[in-house]
Amino acid sequence: MTAQAATPGRGDAPRPVLTVEGLTIQVATPDGAQIVVEDLGFTLNRGETLCLAGESGSGKSMTALAIMGLLPQPMARIARGSIRLADGTELAGRSERDFRDIRANRISMIFQEPMTSLNPVMTIGRQLTEVLLEHRACPRAEAPARALDLLRDVQITDAERRLKQYPHELSGGMRQRVMIAIALACNPEILIADEPTTALDVTVQAEVLELIRALQREHGTTVLMITHDMGVVAEMADRVIVMRHGRQAEAAPVRTLFAAPQTAYARELLAAVPRLGQAPARPVPDRTRDVVDVADLSVRFPMRGGVLNRVRAQVHAVEGVSFRVAPGETLALVGESGCGKSTIGKALLGLVPWEGSIRIDGRQMAGLSPRGLKPIRRNIQMVFQDPGASLDARMTVGRQVAEPLLVHGLATGSELTDRVAWLFRRVGLTPDQMDRYPHEFSGGQRQRICIARALALRPKVIVADESVSALDVSVQAQVLELLRELQQEEGLAYLFISHDMAVIEQVADRVAVMNLGQIVETGSREQVLRAPAHPYTRRLLSAVPVPDPEHVRPPVLPREGEVGSPVRPLGQPPARSEMHEIAPGHWVARPARSRAA
Amino acid sequence: MWAYVVRRLGESLLILLGISVVTFALLYLVPADPARQIAGRSATAETVANIRAQLGLDQPFHVQYVRYLGNLLQGDLGRSYLQRTEVSELIAARMPATLLLMGAAIVVELILGLTIGVIAALRRNSALDQSLMVFSFVTISAPQFVVGILLLYVFAVQLNWFPIGGYGTFAHLVLPAITIGLLGTGWYSRMMRSSMIDVLAQDFVRTARAKGLGKLRIILRHVAPNAILPVIAMIGIDIGLFMSGIVVVESVFGWPGIGQLAWQAIQRVDIPIIMGVTLVSACFIVLGNLLADLIAPLVDPRIKLK
Repeated sequence: MTAQAATPGRGDAPRPVLTVEGLTIQVATPDGAQIVVEDLGFTLNRGETLCLAGESGSGKSMTALAIMGLLPQPMARIARGSIRLADGTELAGRSERDFRDIRANRISMIFQEPMTSLNPVMTIGRQLTEVLLEHRACPRAEAPARALDLLRDVQITDAERRLKQYPHELSGGMRQRVMIAIALACNPEILIADEPTTALDVTVQAEVLELIRALQREHGTTVLMITHDMGVVAEMADRVIVMRHGRQAEAAPVRTLFAAPQTAYARELLAAVPRLGQAPARPVPDRTRDVVDVADLSVRFPMRGGVLNRVRAQVHAVEGVSFRVAPGETLALVGESGCGKSTIGKALLGLVPWEGSIRIDGRQMAGLSPRGLKPIRRNIQMVFQDPGASLDARMTVGRQVAEPLLVHGLATGSELTDRVAWLFRRVGLTPDQMDRYPHEFSGGQRQRICIARALALRPKVIVADESVSALDVSVQAQVLELLRELQQEEGLAYLFISHDMAVIEQVADRVAVMNLGQIVETGSREQVLRAPAHPYTRRLLSAVPVPDPEHVRPPVLPREGEVGSPVRPLGQPPARSEMHEIAPGHWVARPARSRAA
Repeated sequence: MWAYVVRRLGESLLILLGISVVTFALLYLVPADPARQIAGRSATAETVANIRAQLGLDQPFHVQYVRYLGNLLQGDLGRSYLQRTEVSELIAARMPATLLLMGAAIVVELILGLTIGVIAALRRNSALDQSLMVFSFVTISAPQFVVGILLLYVFAVQLNWFPIGGYGTFAHLVLPAITIGLLGTGWYSRMMRSSMIDVLAQDFVRTARAKGLGKLRIILRHVAPNAILPVIAMIGIDIGLFMSGIVVVESVFGWPGIGQLAWQAIQRVDIPIIMGVTLVSACFIVLGNLLADLIAPLVDPRIKLK
């Protein structure tokens, strides 16, 4: 570790480690060659973090892959330009064989999907030693010890045991740590991180980002970070290049960019980012009656085993949850992955078996046959996270929007066509788009189609399960605006399921925070987000990245106690947390300590 | 793990019980009178009736079945009508030959099938890939007796490299093993090809490249071990396919296994042998599937037997 490494990039004269000039990347498509990155140039200075920020399709990932020589073959290729390391080594046009000495040795990369980026049938230890041995970073006999050191460097608990485990035995955050350990095994000069935390929960994201910063300080590694999240940019970057349609829109030091964006696009992009604490006021809903009334809802999945394959244990996905939603009101369900928030949405639509009581518009759903449920189901519809996957690729979008009306026998013939056309206009599309197929639409348009389909039956409640999470921020803002308009005009009630605190603040009237299948805190948006009372809520909020480089976010609060498991032996249900009211409408579960007694 | 094995064995017994009912019903469905067959063509009606009473064939179906099942549990598969020997002895005597042939065929189809599949996937859409896939298609579609006779004609009659038929040396084994193995080769090569293509597109293969690993190492250590997983599940089902193939191929090559035994029994309507072979084949299929399921967690750590 040299002295410069201690104060990376700042203060000293910048020393470039990588220079990109006039980079142009072409992709072959059925409609001919398309340019996805055009005339991009930048230098990466030793020890700094440069962020390539932009929305999907801006060419930021392609740029990263080009530097690593990993462009998808044979479709994509570098058409022009050069990518040079500090010693003059040219990377553009290098053969696959010659790239092997560069990869891991001089430039490493970690990817967005930690769940699928590790070989599922090879132990963690072998995947680590493999890279060490490939580059002769240490003698064969020392490799296992080095691998253990590497795992300790990335602060994995129980490192020794992890070496013998397989990827599926590790959580997403741990897998990303393993990826980082692999990437840094041979001490590369440059680490490329392509959306490294996008697939992770917000608290895990905060920990992984902190880890990358710590390792960078320690090793003096230069980081090229690709992200769409301006909060992550603000936390990590020294300098930022905003990309759009394959070109550089703006390049600036991070503070300058956030304080005074020069280009219109950067201004729009930053304006579209939802920020905690800047929520618009919301009209007060009519709370005199409830359109959704859930009481003591539980969803348990059996786990079988033994000689007779009997139920041995249960996954308590949702345990004794109660809540109400009034017409025109939005209740946000928030929590980390696996907390049971999506399962509640599915239970409301009858997509998973459940116990307890669910009343939709006053009518009890428990104990009804599928035939009896049908008229109630009209009143509640769902919009899913991935609009691409929730539309049938081989059916025209018009027919898909018409389908619920046909199934319920509400309209046929020209009346049906008129109704679908009206729905298309309602969500900001044009009726002449009805005869097209899903692939002809953008992500945002597809989500509008899904919303139109959900609206077809004139429901009173819409369950929006991470409905805007997969969208770019500018599109996200538009879809949220559409949802708001619809709510105002139709008096729709929303159950808004999301992991994104900033989005929740935009849309919610009330917020319910979930952990391990139970609600730990619920109250109005202001109560839960401004004055969080439960330790879990506080920790969650402390991890949210703030899109402001001047704001120094304190480290994430430590987790209180052990990470619980929703799997319990049969006959041993988890203790129900007891809620008490600390302010009018603000209910908090008693902390775990008193519950354990 | 052991609870799983015990449960699966229990399930297997139930399946075999069901099959025993079906095979026993064969006796009634076949338009041939066993008593008449045993007595011979010239026997009087009285002799035939005596034999029928002696064998208990005049009793109702369920009584006969229960007795059959009781014998079965003692390992008694009945006596051949014509050869006057225990069916179990006949099958046991011919089992080694059949097992040898099956083992050899599995080796042939795995080596050829996996190799062709891997090469085709790596050279996807090339002329080589297309010709290999045409070849695999031919091996799947061609009837085994045609393949067997063709191989016999070319390699035994014309080139004289292998004996025309029979049993005893390695040379005798080659042609029948290839004949049976070619069918599986076609299936395995197609499965392995598409499985390889799927795995090649996975994120962890990109990770392997980002580690700077060489192409051969990526294929052998990262792609192939993942691509082979669905193929392994297939081997269990495959043993069922073998059983039908073995009847044809053993007859073509004069291979003294249970397939040939079955073929001869079918021609002579020697029902106890047909029933016995059917039941033994069913055991093979059931055990083959169980074995495939037990091997799966050894190659794929994500699979847990419960």
